[in-house]
Order: sequence, then C-alpha cells, then structure tokens
Amino acid sequence: MPNTAPPETPPPPQAARRHWMSVLARAGAGEIAALLAALPALPGHVRLRGPEAGLVMLRGRAGGGGAAFNLGEMTVMRCTVRLADGPVGHAYVTGRDAAQAELAALLDAALQDPARHDALQAAVIAPLAARQLAARDAAARRAAATKVNFFTMATMRTDS
Amino acid sequence: MSIDLPGFADPVLESQACFRAVLDALARPGTVHEAGVDLRTPAPLAPAAAAVLLTLVDGETRLWIAPDFAAARDWITFHCGAAPVPAAEAADFVLASALPDLATLETGSDEQPDASATVILHVAGFGRGRRLRLSGPGLRIPAVLEVDGLAEDFPAIWAANHALFPRGVDLLLCCGSRLAALPRSVRVEA
Repeated sequence: MPNTAPPETPPPPQAARRHWMSVLARAGAGEIAALLAALPALPGHVRLRGPEAGLVMLRGRAGGGGAAFNLGEMTVMRCTVRLADGPVGHAYVTGRDAAQAELAALLDAALQDPARHDALQAAVIAPLAARQLAARDAAARRAAATKVNFFTMATMRTDS
Repeated sequence: MSIDLPGFADPVLESQACFRAVLDALARPGTVHEAGVDLRTPAPLAPAAAAVLLTLVDGETRLWIAPDFAAARDWITFHCGAAPVPAAEAADFVLASALPDLATLETGSDEQPDASATVILHVAGFGRGRRLRLSGPGLRIPAVLEVDGLAEDFPAIWAANHALFPRGVDLLLCCGSRLAALPRSVRVEA
C-alpha cells in the first residue's frame, strides 16, 4: 500500500510496532541482551506460549510476472509472553534461537507500555536499527560494485 | 484480546496424556479420567475441556463455541490456533454447557462416520445427580455413570443419537479436571 498520508500525521501504532518487531527479529540474542543490560531490569514475565520451533513455507517468484512457487521451508521460533503488569508481547524470529525469541517477545510487550516505550526505543531499538541499516548498506555497496548492466535484460523487462 | 494464561507447559507430553485419557474414556464408557490437572484456564472453561481442546483442535478443525464461553474465546483461539465457526451445524467440535440439539449436528455418513461432530459438554459433577445405566461395546457388564447437570429427557435424546449408528455424535462430559465419555455406540437407560 503506498503511503499517501501527509507527513505531519504520526504513523499508526501498528506501523511503529511492526518496525520494532522487525528490528528485534533481525537482532541476535546477545546483541539485545547487551543493550538491555544498561537499563533498569524489566519486570518478571510469564511465558504464554513457547519459545517453540516451527516451519514456515517461503514462497518466491521467478521473474517479474512469474507465478508464486514454494521455495522451501524455513525454521522459525515463536514466543508469546505477558509482563507481570499487563501487556502481551509476541515474537516470530527466523532460526532456532529460543533466547532471541523470548527476548524479542519480552521487549515487544515492554515497548507497548507508554511508561517504558521511549527509554527502550532510544536505548535498544534505535541502535539496533542503525546497526542493521549500516550492515545492509555495506552489503548493498559491495554488491553494487560488481553490478553489470545487461542491455538485453533491460529490454525484456519492459514488456510485462 | 485477553490471553492472560498459558496453555500446556509441555505441549507434547501433556497433549499425549490428555489424548490417552480421552481414548480410555471412550473405550470404557462410564469411567472418569483426569485431564488438564495442571492447567489454569479462563473463567467458565473447565481444565478438562481446555485440555481436550488443546489436544484435539487445531487450525484445520471446525470448532463452535457456545456464547456463554465468550470470556474464554480468545484463550481458545490463541492456544489452539483455531478460527471458530459461526454455526454449530458445521462444526467438528462443539463446546457447550447445555446440550445442543444433537439432531442438528454433523453426524457423518455411513461411508464416513468419522466426519461427525464431538460435543464437549460441561456438567455440574460426577458421582452424584442423574444415574445412567450404560451398556454396549467396551462394557462386559453394564456400567453406571452418575452425572449432575444433564437434562431430564437425556436418555430419550441419546436413544435417538444411538439409533443412527454408525453415524451419530460422540459426547465428552467435563467437570473441573475430570472427564467421562459417551460414544455413540453406548446404550443409555435411566
């Protein structure tokens, strides 16, 4: 969906939550724990489900106009926790790291609490997001340096 | 959405134990078994019924939840991964605290009697209340099951269901963390 909202309206809460969930899903358990260590301890939590491993089917497309096909299955850990004082947090992360799934779910719950949100956002999510952006940027630069433009490929793309 | 309570602490072992309890209860009608003893469940939902749902219901199972279980609905849909269906007639599992009209439920076909519905019914207690005399497969001598909270005309209702055999509805009776079963093959006399 194109973002047509005027820039002065704040992003809806789902968008903010989607952002921190995606950042947490890409961060390692050690990385998250290291950033959390500098903050006051979070309240206790109850595991409502998991952390447990499962499979999700990844779908892909060959070319711009190709039909979707099943590329293969990938291992995913999921976890749902409830903080002692209320909010419920969910996490789905790729791989088999139970600690990461639990930490991500715990932070998802804590970030929904307005009293904790700003401190956690600044101390954990922002540095992780910056790190991930830098890593993606570096990889994109390395890839871009090897890019070759094929004239025939460019003309094939125009018909669909 | 309110999912304040966890499901099974060990999903594999606990659902296997509950499956065994349901199997035994169906194989020997009249016996009462423990299920979901360690489970903490949202208000109207009995631990035994919750354990049965966690064990038997998943995303591919059609579940109908009676309106009086509205407070437990979120917990059930979250932990079972099931999307409840709007009508009991189309359901594989029916969760209720009052016996629904068995004639309107899915009873399967002669070729596929397994496509029938299973009713998970909350009752007020075992060992007191209405005395039911059970006979049929699995019972060398007739058994007696005392159930509190069944309707007066239950033997007549059940006779109609039993007459459909091999089609028909199976009944799981739950109270607290105890359950008993009435498979469609059993004959019930007052």
